[in-house]
Amino acid sequence: MKTLFALILSLFVFQAQAEIEYRDFKQPEQEQAYQTLISELRCLVCQNQTIADSNADLAKDLRRQVYEMLQQGKSRQDIVDFMTDRYGDFVMYKPALKLKTMLLWLGPVLFLVIGLATVWVLRSKTSTSEDQSLTKEQQAKLNSILEKGDHS
Amino acid sequence: MKYLLPLLLFIALSVFLAIGLKLNPREIPSPLIDKPAPAFNLPILATPEQRLSQADFKGKVWLLNVWASWCVSCREEHPLLIELAKQNKVLLVGLNYKDEAQAANTWLSKHGNPYNVSVMDADGRTGIDYGVYGVPETFVIDKRGVVRYKHTGPVQPGELESIFLPLIEKLKAESA
Repeated sequence: MKTLFALILSLFVFQAQAEIEYRDFKQPEQEQAYQTLISELRCLVCQNQTIADSNADLAKDLRRQVYEMLQQGKSRQDIVDFMTDRYGDFVMYKPALKLKTMLLWLGPVLFLVIGLATVWVLRSKTSTSEDQSLTKEQQAKLNSILEKGDHS
Repeated sequence: MKYLLPLLLFIALSVFLAIGLKLNPREIPSPLIDKPAPAFNLPILATPEQRLSQADFKGKVWLLNVWASWCVSCREEHPLLIELAKQNKVLLVGLNYKDEAQAANTWLSKHGNPYNVSVMDADGRTGIDYGVYGVPETFVIDKRGVVRYKHTGPVQPGELESIFLPLIEKLKAESA
């Protein structure tokens, strides 16, 4: 029974990683850099995937490019520059913090501030309306109700 | 008056969404515009023993059209390129991208060859240098070898007249 269950479960195992290419690295740091880079670069054909996730031809070519540049001893920044020079900022999955992308980065904070301000304004409005004190007659009625109970 | 602010917010949101609908997420602005065309030195499709580089076109206004025999939308664009070639107004260079020479030659003889010359980028490295991500792509390059315009995807009917031909005329008038 357990084996059967495990077999059925195994049908639902999907790998997000595209086909695994054999890459030979001299140092583990280089491999680490490779893995990080390919999961940060966008596959422009299938825009919502990184080149690590995608099996598109272009993604394969870009993985090869990253690998070769690392082998040539290029730094992470060299590779990022190489890609953005050709494909623009959009190739980075996480956009760079620039004047042009400021709205993108600060947008959520901006909306939070707007939301909090709205809540604050609405709250202060309702609390002033609650603050309105009772008229004399109302107060007298309230007192009598509290003392004798409601007979009206 | 009470509803003025929500109404204004709604209108602003609608405008943003309407603009968003019109944008094409496939159009990624090319960082190559106004930069020198990336260098290549590639074998000619018809005569692979000869090679061409981007420097060979110095002093001329030329189009670099990225195409492949496996590319379906290239078929869509093809009649327009044939038409452009007939007008003989501009040098049309083909970049045969990640293709096999035989398949490419067969494709050209079957559908017609609008290119003055095609070069072979079999492993797609020149494609990477040009930031190619969606074949077909068309680059307009001026006399000094600077990329002036990039079009991603098939050129649509009417775009020759509205975009390409006026730009070509303008660039031809510039001094080398």
